[in-house]
Amino acid sequence: MRHRRWLTPLVLLGAFAMIAAACSNSSSAAGGSTSGGAAVDCNAAPGCVTIAAGAPIQIGTLLSVSGDNADLGTDSLYGVELAIDHLDGTFDGTPGQIDGHAVQLQQEDDTCSAEGGQAGATKLAANPDIVAVIGTSCSGAALGVADKILGDKGIVLLSPSNTNPALTAQGTHNPYYFRTAHNDLIQGAVVSDFAIKHLHAKTAATIHDESPYTEGLTTAFANAFQQAGGQVVDAEVIDSSQQSYTPVLTKIGQKSPDLLYGPDYTAECALILKQGHQVAGLANTTFMGSDGCFASNFIKLAGSAINGAYYSAPNLSAFQQKDFYNNEFIPAYKQQFGTAPISAFHAHAYDALNLLAAAIDKAAVKNADGSLTIARNALRDAVQGTTDLQGIVTTYTCTSLGDCATAVTIGVYAAPNLAIEGSTGNGQPIFSETKTLAQATGSG
Amino acid sequence: MAEDTDVEVTPGSTTATVGRVQRLPLRQLIQIGLAILIVTFVAIGSYKTLTLPSGEGYDPSTWKAFVISGVAQGGIYALIAIGYTLVYGVLRMINFAHGEVFMMGCFVSFFFADAYASSGFLNRHPYPALAVVFVIAMLTSCLIAMLLERVAYRPLRNAPRLVPLITAIGASLFLQNTAYGFFGPQTRAYPVPDVLSGDKTWTILGITMQRIQVVVIMTAILAVIGLTLFIARTRTGKSIRAVAEDREIASLMGIDVDRTIMVTFALGGLLAGIAGVQFGLTFGQVNFHIGFAVGIAAFTASVLGGIGSIAGAALGGLVLGLLQSVGPPLLFTGFNIPAPFQLQDVITFSVLVLVLIFRPGGILGSGEAEKV
Repeated sequence: MRHRRWLTPLVLLGAFAMIAAACSNSSSAAGGSTSGGAAVDCNAAPGCVTIAAGAPIQIGTLLSVSGDNADLGTDSLYGVELAIDHLDGTFDGTPGQIDGHAVQLQQEDDTCSAEGGQAGATKLAANPDIVAVIGTSCSGAALGVADKILGDKGIVLLSPSNTNPALTAQGTHNPYYFRTAHNDLIQGAVVSDFAIKHLHAKTAATIHDESPYTEGLTTAFANAFQQAGGQVVDAEVIDSSQQSYTPVLTKIGQKSPDLLYGPDYTAECALILKQGHQVAGLANTTFMGSDGCFASNFIKLAGSAINGAYYSAPNLSAFQQKDFYNNEFIPAYKQQFGTAPISAFHAHAYDALNLLAAAIDKAAVKNADGSLTIARNALRDAVQGTTDLQGIVTTYTCTSLGDCATAVTIGVYAAPNLAIEGSTGNGQPIFSETKTLAQATGSG
Repeated sequence: MAEDTDVEVTPGSTTATVGRVQRLPLRQLIQIGLAILIVTFVAIGSYKTLTLPSGEGYDPSTWKAFVISGVAQGGIYALIAIGYTLVYGVLRMINFAHGEVFMMGCFVSFFFADAYASSGFLNRHPYPALAVVFVIAMLTSCLIAMLLERVAYRPLRNAPRLVPLITAIGASLFLQNTAYGFFGPQTRAYPVPDVLSGDKTWTILGITMQRIQVVVIMTAILAVIGLTLFIARTRTGKSIRAVAEDREIASLMGIDVDRTIMVTFALGGLLAGIAGVQFGLTFGQVNFHIGFAVGIAAFTASVLGGIGSIAGAALGGLVLGLLQSVGPPLLFTGFNIPAPFQLQDVITFSVLVLVLIFRPGGILGSGEAEKV
């Protein structure tokens, strides 16, 4: 409503942009098929993207940059921007290039929801020049929504922070979907190990809010915990539009579990902690959450209730390129964005862009006139063919089901010593374990 | 809606055309069938839950905890629901922006509470600090409610009923986006003074409750009593009743209708402001979209209790809070349904539909003329 004055010019501009885009696309596609025709078959679905000489390579981002989970997506976006900066080998604020072409981001917001994933993916899919998309932040925005919309157009979707197992499971995996984030089967298995080996927990309860991220992780944990001989005494579901979880927590308290695993997003994590501490039956229960809770305001939101809780997350101190991360990446992050990392997936996002850049380099055909032709299928195959690519977090080898982080080190942090801004302590986990995807799927 | 159903049901039995006679019994049969079905379901579910072996069921202290948290939640709903009901009683209009009035009160008071918390004033002198925070929230909500009335509703007072409804939704979006624009998207930590922190309890009549829960429940009770007295005893209250009854006649009697309606909105705003601070103190969080979910719940509460009636709104809030906390474990545990609380809304809205079928005016909303 407030934008009414701008509506008419905006619509006109949009119409003009669409016409312009349509024109440029048809001409460039024709050019591509004549010059690069020998090497690339652009007639086969899903076709090619041709980047004219001097034109930028357009990459979409579909990250949660507004609302409650703005930190999660913004942090990843910072990682992507730093990666583009570092394409030329230095963090100097001057963006680097891929195959002599600058990289241009089209930023969309996944709003951490299926609706946002739908809207953002549709917008990106409508731009024929988008080569690939980095996103989504939240599993719920990708699963069956963004992965399908973009996959139908043959656009590779590469997520830095989706962890839901279904995204890369046989039957639900979209062939154009990949991720640098760990599969939650691994995180669930590590949390289960921590519960049994470190906490000596025999009974556990889980709580999730029906979003794919929380549901996938609690299920992975529950399966691993039961396999290892633990007992899951209660599995509850909350509605994240509500704020009163006391009744649910009271019900769980009836069973007095040794451990309550409630991986969720920041605001809900804090509510579960605060309200859980007032439930009599949970007095001897250890609270655990996960990386989704991590945002710069989490410690403040949870207050004193955070003490004694544990959080599982990628172990930042076990990163493959730790020195580069600590000595170059973090200072550049602080210098360019004026803050310490605000969430947990900036390094995964940085790696995602580099993985993509390597794949584009492999798949792109350089034409004589300086233009670049990228067959969408070839790009997909190049991403999937990624083998032993050195990233900050780990060494990436993509599987045919889209998981690129196949060996992952998950750490468990004792709150308030978390690996985020505002924490106290050294940010080191108290428990850490490396598991391969094969181990996690084998045991779960 | 209430009028329509009455018109169809009552004359149908006396002045009978053939079509009417055939349709009516069917309708009543369906109602009776539905009632039996639901009563049976509720009875069996509750019976099964209550007779579960001790390890699987709930012990008395757990039931007590369910009831207390339900009543406390209901208290917040009640305070907001009264705002809906007041405006409906006087203008026959649903003020959908009322949830945002609540949110604004909560958010603006947050900045004061936060400043007091960081200066240490909140913990050293919690009572004066809280008093200021409450007053700020009440003033903010009151001011916004009055502005809403002046800007969004008064110019449309004689427009068809649908028009102010749409404006209300527009105003709600406007306020939500204003908060988003001014205060940003993050969830903020609402500071809670140590005297009201979650682990501090009071024991009243042998029931141990968190202090904040006691405060919420007491405020709701006081607000209902105070408001009822205000409307029954004062001159302004009398003019509110008069305007509710018939706006034109009231203005012919020399009542300033515009002023009276403004006062009605102001009263709703004051209570929404109180609810805002209580929400902040209870949950320790505030963000720009809390008004939506809480507003819908409070609106449901006011319809449940009988929209237009103050006691009805309070009762509706209480019933809704209890349904949300006691309903799922009571009805579903016996049937062995996993994670019963995800079906919370199913219960709430089933009850709402049932109340509207069997008592279209809501639980306390029988007399059409005496509303408010």
